[in-house]
Amino acid sequence: MIEIKDLHKKFGKNQVLSGIDLEIKEGGIFAILGPNGSGKTTLIKSILGMVIPNKGNIIVAGNSIKKTWKYREGIDYLPQIANFPGNLRVRELIRMIKDLRRRSADEDRLIKMFKLEPFLDKKLSTLSGGTKQKVNIVLTFMFDSPLIILDEPTTGLDPASLIHLKRLIQEEKIKGKTILITSHIMQFVAEIADTIVYILEGKIYFKGSVEELKAKTKQTDLEHAIAAITTTTDHA
Amino acid sequence: MLKILKYSFFDLIRSRWSYVYFLFYLLLGFVLLFLNNDVSKAVITLMNIIIVLVPLIGTIFGVMYYYNSKEFTELLLAQPIKRSSIFLGQYLGVAGSLALSLIMGLGIPFILYGLFQSDAIFDFTLLLVTGGFLTFIFTALSFNIALSNENRIKGFGYAVLLWLFLAVIYDGIFLMSLVVFKEYPLDTFSLAATILNPIDLSRILILLKLDISALLGYTGAVFKQFFGNNIGLVISIAMLSLWTILPVLRLSHKSKRKDF
Repeated sequence: MIEIKDLHKKFGKNQVLSGIDLEIKEGGIFAILGPNGSGKTTLIKSILGMVIPNKGNIIVAGNSIKKTWKYREGIDYLPQIANFPGNLRVRELIRMIKDLRRRSADEDRLIKMFKLEPFLDKKLSTLSGGTKQKVNIVLTFMFDSPLIILDEPTTGLDPASLIHLKRLIQEEKIKGKTILITSHIMQFVAEIADTIVYILEGKIYFKGSVEELKAKTKQTDLEHAIAAITTTTDHA
Repeated sequence: MLKILKYSFFDLIRSRWSYVYFLFYLLLGFVLLFLNNDVSKAVITLMNIIIVLVPLIGTIFGVMYYYNSKEFTELLLAQPIKRSSIFLGQYLGVAGSLALSLIMGLGIPFILYGLFQSDAIFDFTLLLVTGGFLTFIFTALSFNIALSNENRIKGFGYAVLLWLFLAVIYDGIFLMSLVVFKEYPLDTFSLAATILNPIDLSRILILLKLDISALLGYTGAVFKQFFGNNIGLVISIAMLSLWTILPVLRLSHKSKRKDF
């Protein structure tokens, strides 16, 4: 599905990605983990073409993404911080994104699921952080694309919505989609992720299942395994 | 690109500032016409205002819109849309709505006054055309500045400086050099210096059409000879187009290489 070869990215003097090689096969949930500033969002934005790499190549669904934009038709992306044009209403925003993508969408089911009906005619600038995130989720999941990228999807969500989100992600996985997630909530990751990709200082440090990671670090829960990963692999 | 243009345009048309800008010109047009009672004089006064104000508003609006719509831009960047069409669409939306405010705001009072019966219609059209050009030129320049500066304060500062330079300082330097080098023949220099600045070019273009070039002395005669014929007019319009096209090209080029 996605193939990343020798990806380098520098912002000014700050080397964020230094030689990422990663292959993500079709189907399943991949969690991209790493400490703050390790380059997770940069990696995701490179796949989306929002950040232009200094070196390296990214292939999505068999085609290099350099200088093209058509491939984004097959990607649904949930940005980390839900920043929307404040003077638009929720209904207008949904209609606009549908119009821009020229695709049919099943937003009604999602609006009902997250109980967003009372907010449809409110301006986005008046919504709370959690409600904005729900709108963000609706915008992402309303299309039916083979690749879904979620950057910190749990931010600001209440427990009920979190359960809905997990169910949504599982549903998409059953449909055979590829889902990339970044998150700092380890419980969430442990519950849903099939494969964990750990990035540190711009390089892939570990790739494997949750069980493999626990076995490698000799820890019983994921949170401690992640915390221990750097020290253990150093000794090994 | 047309979709982005549509959304940016309607977003701006709905905003309060477009109305303020439109109403300002409407009021200005009515006051000037009905106090002056002379279309030609009203055109001159309007020219003096437009030459300074249109670039300023284009610059400020352009920078403001770019920074304010950052979220919108980021949302669009993740969608299957070509990058250059996002930025060109936004640019045309801003410049288009500003130009519309200008043309409607001034056009309505002039039409009501009976412009079509007067012989000033060509002068007035030229005024609107140069006003339109200045809007597109300065919005494009300000988009370029905003795209190259992440820091809003810096972006605003550079944009205002650019306006100040082209509207005021350039003329100062121009005048000073005329005084310093007054022993030398300066008509070619004056002509070149005028053509290189879109604000000066617009001003001279309108002044010469108004047949008051006699006030400009010998250089005025040279100007009249150059701008008065059709080749001069064509060259002037070509220069204004160049001033519009070059920043737009840079905008599309830069936007392809930027990280978000």
